[in-house]
Amino acid sequence: MPDDLMNSYKTGPDEDGRFGDFGGRFVSETLMPLILELEAQYENAKTDQSFWDEMDFLWKHYVGRPSPLYFAERLTERLGGAKIYMKRDELNHTGAHKINNVLGQIILARRMGKTRIIAETGAGQHGVATATVCAKFGLKCVVYMGAHDVERQAPNVFRMRLLGAEVVPVTSGRGTLKDAMNDALRDWVTNVRDTFYCIGTVAGPHPYPAMVRDFQAIIGKEAKEQMQAAEGRLPDTIIAAIGGGSNAMGLFFPFLDDKEVSIIGVEAGGKGVNDKMEHCASLTGGRPGVLHGNRTYLLQDDDGQILEGFSISAGLDYPGIGPEHSWLHDIGRAQYVSITDREALEAFQLCCEMEGIIPALEPSHALAHVMKIAPELPSDHIICMNMCGRGDKDIFTVARALGFEMGEH
Amino acid sequence: MKTRIDAKFEQLKAEGRKAFVSYTMAGDPDAATSLEVIKGLPAAGVDIIELGLPFTDPMADGPTIQLAGQRALEGGMTLQGVLDMVRAFREQDDSTPIVLMGYYNPIYSRGVERFLADAKDAGIDGLIVVDLPPEEDDELCVPAQAAGLNFIRLATPTTDDKRLPTVLQNTSGFVYYVSITGITGAAAAEAGDVGPEVARIKAATDLPVIVGFGIRTPERAAEIARVADGAVVGTAIVGEIAAGKPVDEVLSFVASLADGAHSV
Repeated sequence: MPDDLMNSYKTGPDEDGRFGDFGGRFVSETLMPLILELEAQYENAKTDQSFWDEMDFLWKHYVGRPSPLYFAERLTERLGGAKIYMKRDELNHTGAHKINNVLGQIILARRMGKTRIIAETGAGQHGVATATVCAKFGLKCVVYMGAHDVERQAPNVFRMRLLGAEVVPVTSGRGTLKDAMNDALRDWVTNVRDTFYCIGTVAGPHPYPAMVRDFQAIIGKEAKEQMQAAEGRLPDTIIAAIGGGSNAMGLFFPFLDDKEVSIIGVEAGGKGVNDKMEHCASLTGGRPGVLHGNRTYLLQDDDGQILEGFSISAGLDYPGIGPEHSWLHDIGRAQYVSITDREALEAFQLCCEMEGIIPALEPSHALAHVMKIAPELPSDHIICMNMCGRGDKDIFTVARALGFEMGEH
Repeated sequence: MKTRIDAKFEQLKAEGRKAFVSYTMAGDPDAATSLEVIKGLPAAGVDIIELGLPFTDPMADGPTIQLAGQRALEGGMTLQGVLDMVRAFREQDDSTPIVLMGYYNPIYSRGVERFLADAKDAGIDGLIVVDLPPEEDDELCVPAQAAGLNFIRLATPTTDDKRLPTVLQNTSGFVYYVSITGITGAAAAEAGDVGPEVARIKAATDLPVIVGFGIRTPERAAEIARVADGAVVGTAIVGEIAAGKPVDEVLSFVASLADGAHSV
């Protein structure tokens, strides 16, 4: 690797959309001209101040940014070690970090003259964010969602429909998030002229992983400034949960070249990362492969067939991970660990009790890892974890897991 | 290097005939039946056999072919199983070209070098890998050509004149024109649209241009064969297998399609 690249972790992807060996453009020929056009349009928008002015205005007045950086005082005392800060992205409009990215893609779609937006969704947070921004701009919105998820995430399905989106239950394959992504790609390949595919995470063909990262990087950029204001220095450790990895990439990216900051990504360990594959830990339990337009770590069998993930958190239930995470993992700039459903549930409850914050199950995974390491660290060690979503959507799942009868909902 | 595909097109040209290409999924509904079907294809008039390599996430395929892949995988079909099938077919037929069609991950998982050696040895002549556009040629396309296999590229209605040379550059065997923007098994394109598109591609290459997607009947196969060097039918044949038709009925349906394509 040449010297200038060795000095920064922030230069990727290269012109072929690669982060090291990961990423790329593994799509059918029908889509290839579309993603090349998207790349050109994004490159143009990225350096256009009016694009970012529009983003900044809406981030402030529509989403409610900047999100607070919050010192979790009681949790810090309780764990008795490192000082714990939470980046409160669950306070965003629609209740998660997802809207940071959706806003960027929809503004880009409007610049490109696209009139119809499609999206895939798992837990429904990205679908709700997409439906929301489409309603704001009067765009037609179609959301693909696995039939199983449609059933277990009924409140989000209703939200999307209230917002005017068409929700298409996906029954192909096994009817999960990856199948929803397959069906969204099929829609795109069919409706190439008027349709913009708004991907919800830092995966897919180039330029999506870089573009979604750039839109989510507002999280890390704010956290960095806020931490300077609060503590006069950078955090020692930053931690975020990973399904596809967009909230984590958003927090991590602005810190990649601050080598004194250690970076930890937390994957969903489900029932435990073992050979029964009842987990979604692509990095700790998978190997490199090609799916949905990029090369990255995937859950797959010996013959290269993709396996279903398993997690209590529908938002982490994806057999892949963004290619930039795969690269950061392989070069060792970030460390990736896994947390089980049981550990995440404990963190969920502790956060409710100690801080009066009902976290989503996704950041509960990050918090569970904080609970593991904080007690062993000195009191001047600062941890910043990304509270990337609120838990209202998860209360039924949690109630069921804790054996609490909620009745009909 | 001359493959069975190149030889087949030379022969068709000499005879003044158009090519009929069939697609079936390897291992659908089970390995034995699937082998019986492909063994019967040459006698039914098939000039080139496309054999689907099952994959859990076939993003460019419609429900009919996705379900065929699921049946095959549930029946235990693997990449090794597909290679074994081709080897068994070659025991009785050493001239009909076989093109393996599928997605990259099972090949990548086996390892490109090992796969290419095994595929060549088993008697596969060409590859169509849907999720490998020219931008990813170094992955498999270039090594495949070096290993003596044709790498057949898809051209689509979104492949404009500016992009066409890129698509054609490392293509060999033939060019597969996808006549619609959409997935396999979707609605048929108008023949009026296909003719000029095929002419546009032929103006840029000496390779034969074969048209697929949306062809389901002998009449349609004939219309397409009139404006191109041949026609591919996949979903309609796979649909017959899915309906549980006996092998001889599947083959007589294939024969009717082949007759259509050969009637012009």
